[in-house]
Amino acid sequence: MTASLPDATSLIDALAAAIAPGFDPDTRIVGIHTGGVWVAERLHALLRSPHPIGQLDISFYRDDFSRIGLHPQVKPSNLPYDLEGRPLLLVDDVLHTGRTIRAAMNELFDYGRPALIQLAVLVDRGGRELPIRPDFAGLVLDVPAHQNINLSRLDDGHLTLSIA
Amino acid sequence: MNPQLTTDGRLRHLLTLDGLPRAILTQILDTAESFMDVGEREVKKVPLLRGKSIFNLFFEPSTRTRTTFEIAAKRLSADVVNLNIATSSQTKGEAILDTVDNLAAMHADMFIVRHSQSGAAHFIARNVAPHISVVNAGDGRHAHPTQGLLDMFTIRRYKGAFHNLTVAVVGDVLHSRVARSQIHALTTLGVPEVRVIGPKTLLPAGVEQMGVKVFHNMEQGLAGCDVVIMLRLQNERMRGALLPSAQEYFKFFGLTPEKLALAKPDAIVMHPGPMNRGVEIDSEVADGPQSVILPQVTYGIAVRMAVMAMLAGGSQ
Repeated sequence: MTASLPDATSLIDALAAAIAPGFDPDTRIVGIHTGGVWVAERLHALLRSPHPIGQLDISFYRDDFSRIGLHPQVKPSNLPYDLEGRPLLLVDDVLHTGRTIRAAMNELFDYGRPALIQLAVLVDRGGRELPIRPDFAGLVLDVPAHQNINLSRLDDGHLTLSIA
Repeated sequence: MNPQLTTDGRLRHLLTLDGLPRAILTQILDTAESFMDVGEREVKKVPLLRGKSIFNLFFEPSTRTRTTFEIAAKRLSADVVNLNIATSSQTKGEAILDTVDNLAAMHADMFIVRHSQSGAAHFIARNVAPHISVVNAGDGRHAHPTQGLLDMFTIRRYKGAFHNLTVAVVGDVLHSRVARSQIHALTTLGVPEVRVIGPKTLLPAGVEQMGVKVFHNMEQGLAGCDVVIMLRLQNERMRGALLPSAQEYFKFFGLTPEKLALAKPDAIVMHPGPMNRGVEIDSEVADGPQSVILPQVTYGIAVRMAVMAMLAGGSQ
């Protein structure tokens, strides 16, 4: 099945090309752990952002905490700047129900009040349960609910999309 | 079976560090690391425990431990109720359970328990409904697991790892629940040399069986140490003539700059507080560059957040 999915790196390049024309250089790029950070890192380089990249772990904001508990490997969020009044580009690998994005926005607002948040995702696989839409999507794909799309990173840094 | 763990190996209660696997201790420390950042943000709260009720049940007075538990719970968005319960010598188990049952009827989700009797938190944990978690905030001479964990967190922050350290625990080990929790945690996390230093009258019989080296001479015991943990001299618990005087104790076992110079130059000094300045520790050391006593307090909040978050989630 992997063969039927496009190359992740080319998708990110296309995503960057779509974002670039209206990209405000004051924008802070924030990736959601873990796949979203990988995508954000490449976008950050392609868009030549002069600001450090932000990383968000939304484990403390998940809406299924009381059901499934805390993720055993929570990573620290790291936003090395004041985001009050700044434009943000929120980046994730796969957009599905929209619950991760809701949690990420809740967390961002606990750091301050951004001027604007735009959402860029590598793959929009459909299946939304919340009124959330991406501003930029590398690939739009209708994936049945029982299947998962995964972004993985090899030791050499190469990114690969797979479906299972 | 360990009553602190669920059948699938998750934390159910936190009663003692004795017998908790290294993976759980490491998970608590890693989770606490993620919570560190919350205290520095604009909004110092995460919504994890929104709608949960946490009761601080303090049968024995405490200011700092209770306060840091309270702050930790509030940063997790829980509702916190503090109960300082004066206990008379006649207080029996039944009375404790009456209190607990009443609070459970008010839909408590977690009890933080401090009691002067060893085993009090275990007793409560055995008798609560399945959805309620119990955290031991100090029971008698037995255990003070969150203090032990925050000490491990402090050591890891300053020293990076445990596998290459020599750690000394100095003073009144006999009366110290903190020391017991520290020793269990240090050995579980793989510290190769744990030392206890103190006069014979203040070290429990058979302490060597906990996997520590025993020193009665402080100068010898401090030589080459990476971490020096001073214990509070439990004056209020002294019964009989264990010590000649506080001055005499300071002379032999008080941490002065001269004695500290025998440890490694980059050794850190810790103390669970509250300190008896001039009894177990010289002010010059307590306030000196090697002291990490105040960071310990700050880290205590993140560590207690981690414990409560791990206990409260995944109940269904």
